[in-house]
Amino acid sequence: MRAPLSWIRELTPVEADPLAIAEALDRLGLEVEELDAPGREINGVKAAKALDVRKHPDADKLQLVDVDFGSGTTTVVCGAPNVVTGMVMPYAPSGATLPGGFTLERRKIRGVVSDGMLCSPKELGLGDDHSGILGLDPDTELGTDIRDILGLNDVVFDLAITPNRPDAMSIVGVARDLAAHFGLPLNVPEPVVHESGAPTASDITVVVDDGERCPRFTARRVAVTMGDSPAWMVRRLTLAGMRPISNVVDVTNYVLLERGQPLHAFDLDRLPGRGIVVRLAEAGEKMTTLDGVERTLTAEDLLVCGADRRPQAIAGIMGGAEAEVHDGTKEILLEAAYFQPMGISRSSKRLGLRSESSARFERGVDPNGVLAGSARAAELLQQVASGRVAPDPIDQYPVPVVPARISVRTARVEAVLGLELGAARVKDALRPLAIGIEGDAEDFVAIAPTFRPDLSREIDIVEEVARRVGLNEIPRTLPHTTGAGGGGLTVRQRERRLIADVLVGAGAAEALTVPLIAPADLERFGLPLDATVEVTNALRAEEPLLRPAILPGLLKAAGFNAGQALVDLTLFELGHVFAAPPKRQLLPDERDHLALLLTGTVLRSPIEPDRPVDVYDAVDVLEALAEALELVDLRLVAGPAPGFDAARAAVITVDGTAIGHVGALAPSVPDAFGVPAGAVAFELDIDGLLHGKRRDRTFHSLSRFPASNIDLAFVLEDTVPAADVEQTLRTTLGDVLEAVRAFDEFRSDSLGARRRSLAIALRLRAADHTLTDVEIGELRQSAIDAVTRAHRAELRG
Amino acid sequence: MPADPSAELDLDAARAAVAGAGSLDELDGVRRALTGKSSAAARVKQSIKELPADQKPIVGKAVSEFTAAVAEAIDARRGELAPAGSDEPPLDLTLGGHGRARGHLHLVTQCQRELEDVFVSLGYKVEEGPEVEDDWHNFQALNFPPGHPARAMQDTIYVNLGEPEQVLLRTHTSPVQIRVMETQKPPIYSVMPGRTYRNETLDARHSPVFHQIEGLAVDRGITFGDLAGTLEAFTSAYFGKKLKSRLIPSYFPFTEPSAEFAITCVFCDGAGCRVCSKTGWIELGGCGMVDPNVFEAVGIDPEEFTGFAFGFGLERMPMLRYGVEPIKTFFDNDIRFLTRY
Repeated sequence: MRAPLSWIRELTPVEADPLAIAEALDRLGLEVEELDAPGREINGVKAAKALDVRKHPDADKLQLVDVDFGSGTTTVVCGAPNVVTGMVMPYAPSGATLPGGFTLERRKIRGVVSDGMLCSPKELGLGDDHSGILGLDPDTELGTDIRDILGLNDVVFDLAITPNRPDAMSIVGVARDLAAHFGLPLNVPEPVVHESGAPTASDITVVVDDGERCPRFTARRVAVTMGDSPAWMVRRLTLAGMRPISNVVDVTNYVLLERGQPLHAFDLDRLPGRGIVVRLAEAGEKMTTLDGVERTLTAEDLLVCGADRRPQAIAGIMGGAEAEVHDGTKEILLEAAYFQPMGISRSSKRLGLRSESSARFERGVDPNGVLAGSARAAELLQQVASGRVAPDPIDQYPVPVVPARISVRTARVEAVLGLELGAARVKDALRPLAIGIEGDAEDFVAIAPTFRPDLSREIDIVEEVARRVGLNEIPRTLPHTTGAGGGGLTVRQRERRLIADVLVGAGAAEALTVPLIAPADLERFGLPLDATVEVTNALRAEEPLLRPAILPGLLKAAGFNAGQALVDLTLFELGHVFAAPPKRQLLPDERDHLALLLTGTVLRSPIEPDRPVDVYDAVDVLEALAEALELVDLRLVAGPAPGFDAARAAVITVDGTAIGHVGALAPSVPDAFGVPAGAVAFELDIDGLLHGKRRDRTFHSLSRFPASNIDLAFVLEDTVPAADVEQTLRTTLGDVLEAVRAFDEFRSDSLGARRRSLAIALRLRAADHTLTDVEIGELRQSAIDAVTRAHRAELRG
Repeated sequence: MPADPSAELDLDAARAAVAGAGSLDELDGVRRALTGKSSAAARVKQSIKELPADQKPIVGKAVSEFTAAVAEAIDARRGELAPAGSDEPPLDLTLGGHGRARGHLHLVTQCQRELEDVFVSLGYKVEEGPEVEDDWHNFQALNFPPGHPARAMQDTIYVNLGEPEQVLLRTHTSPVQIRVMETQKPPIYSVMPGRTYRNETLDARHSPVFHQIEGLAVDRGITFGDLAGTLEAFTSAYFGKKLKSRLIPSYFPFTEPSAEFAITCVFCDGAGCRVCSKTGWIELGGCGMVDPNVFEAVGIDPEEFTGFAFGFGLERMPMLRYGVEPIKTFFDNDIRFLTRY
């Protein structure tokens, strides 16, 4: 909403400077997005009169114009067709500046020196009209600064009006708040309409089929003479951001801006049957709106039709071409109505069609201001379109809207705000906003004007008091939060932080990828699409799925980096993934996942050789996670892992439950995402980790007796995991086995195909004595026996 | 009284012997001669236990001073002899380590943790909720009835589940407020960080995904003054200096009175600069007193309890503090950005 200061001042005598007014508007909640001074850049342009107009000697389309600019005369070259002798025009001499900071200089045009230029409306920043030079009132004193003549020294407040304040989408509404703030009167004059001729109803009918959607409809017949609007109206509309069209249309726009009441003017001669029917559309009914678009309607759209019930306008949103006013219009039917806000909002949203009119109706115009808006338009039509207004406008308003009566407790106002005010101050705060007060007590009744549909409850009145008092005048305090048992993170929240910290400790950088993904990306990764969740209106239509896994998105991020020649990456992400809802649930199965991706080379040189990332880099991080969370049983077991290379991947289990996968990505995957071959990764379910059984933290005293280290090497089938052998050793040897670790692996022809040798180091130590050689021998033998029995292994000699 | 046995320890002679050593081997011989088992120093030390009590500390101190001085001289001489005498070339420690670099939390996560910690210290808990929400939690319970104009201000991404437009990607973290109030009784002091979604294409100025943090306090006697004081306390804690904050009236369906809160521009301290559009103020987010309709939707008596809520974008904080721009930077995951912080 653009509110020119001069227009506001017409309604309330606010003298404060524009910055102070802007500050006040902010404090009132009418936030100033921009303080615009459109004439700021114009300097030195003055009124001048054409003394003589003659042809340019060397150019058909140019003329030479002798001008009198008050303090002298000169000659300018001009290409506009409309300049005639005697015309008064804006003249920009050399040295003058125009919008855009453009400064004029004397220059030759086709051999003739032009001493500055004459200006079109567009050149002065007044709209788009560049068809000719702007004509000024012939009585204008020559030499007068154009900014004074056109009001270009005006200031415009560009306001962001919140949806609860339809009243403030009008100059009157803005002026009312300012008047209250500065303690000034608000003067909105009653329109003066001179009615003549036969009453409107004498040959006009109005039928409202749907009184719920259209609680009030008024119509007024006005005979008009079409033409351009006067300069002052053009100027105001332009400053307020509207394009002047014709005097009749401009009047409807002017009243919309001034009063917030949208109006529509139908050409009465083109309105079939000289009558109006307001009805709901038929499903599938079509109508072409003024913008030339054919709209398909539903049974929820409200139409304003001619007497033949054919649509002439989508009520409150946009008119049609058939009965539009045009150059030859002689008589109009002026519609002023109140439409139910929700209905307008729904239609406007569904049709994707918003207008100045719908923006006001959907928030709620004043049902009791409809006729005053119509009268104001009639008054202006008299002035600018030689309007002759028929008496007795038709007013279909069967159930008048009555002002809301709101019980207000002063104590409640004070309790919500945390400010002692007293009833008198509360009431004084409300009165200038046209809120009526009934009752002398602490508790009273506030009567909300019908232009404030946002006021219906006590809390709404509290907000008005807060606005008037000033939010920053309320003393600042802190609540006593102790009653809620103190702040803190839950165990789960702390452990999730720990998980991220482990990844950071392992050298990974956290990424945040967009959880919307393309089906093609999932297919490239080898994930099925059947259990995915789809969004219906993704702006990037190719990315309509909610990610079922993090890795495809991380691969895309790695691909983005590869595009910047950044290929050696360790990325992780912790976030939600989505799967189709479980039975009888509406919302998707939404889980926390953790994914890690390593690509490229592990840079160790020159201390160690560089090497490509390998699966054990990912396994390292898993082990660090198990260690940090003190998990008893995190294991890697064979099993299918979509997206991974079956021979170089494993299923991650915690306490026997699968929670994710780790390994090298399937050979086709890195390339499909533009990532170097050999990438390794894991992805797992966070809750699977967090729900895992934890180590007993009870302390056992540390044995000071000597340790005995023994190494054993077994020949095993390839399919026997080292972890299983270690587990067998732990189970067999019990507490005396202090540490166990596989330290060598090799394959050879002599061992046989699909067999390998696994060397394992054991550290044995008793809690209460030094192990004897005999004991160590027995332990060694039982270890060998257990492993050979359980894993069909042979001791390697 | 026997003679002081430490008198036979001649430091000057010892130093001369050390200086005379021409190789590391010779130096080792000197070391053994001066401080070894059969050295004079060892003998003196051995004799201490036979001395009268008042002598013991004096002689003991003399011996230890002597051996320390000799050790120092030997170390110094070894340093002089070592480069020439050692086969090992000197190590260049500036080559860096094995390359096991530490990783990085995303800047948004760092900011989220900082803010969580600020609020935890103020007595708040941290709550979370799903990113896919139903219309009830994201809109209706927050006093956005169907067709409400404020719904149009949130470009919602809908999910193809349930009735049309019934399931959606949450447009704000506010539905977590509803979930908290549906399951907990006041007093409630919680902050709710998380991902949120709007139907925008990722470009310089827009992102379909961003993060918010929401705050909620519900208790007896909560006032608008408590809200203003809390906002001031946390902004000062986060930005690490006393900042002025200001509230201007605004509108959100789920709060009333509602406000937008702004802080003194952290770049120019309120003097006016490019970042704050010369206003001296930077808008951070929205806030207000919990609307009674919201309390009724979750079964809390608005006569017994009042509350406040506030929310703001997490990306905005590091954007303000470190000048990160544009917002796309946060989601490109360029490793140079991820490892910058």
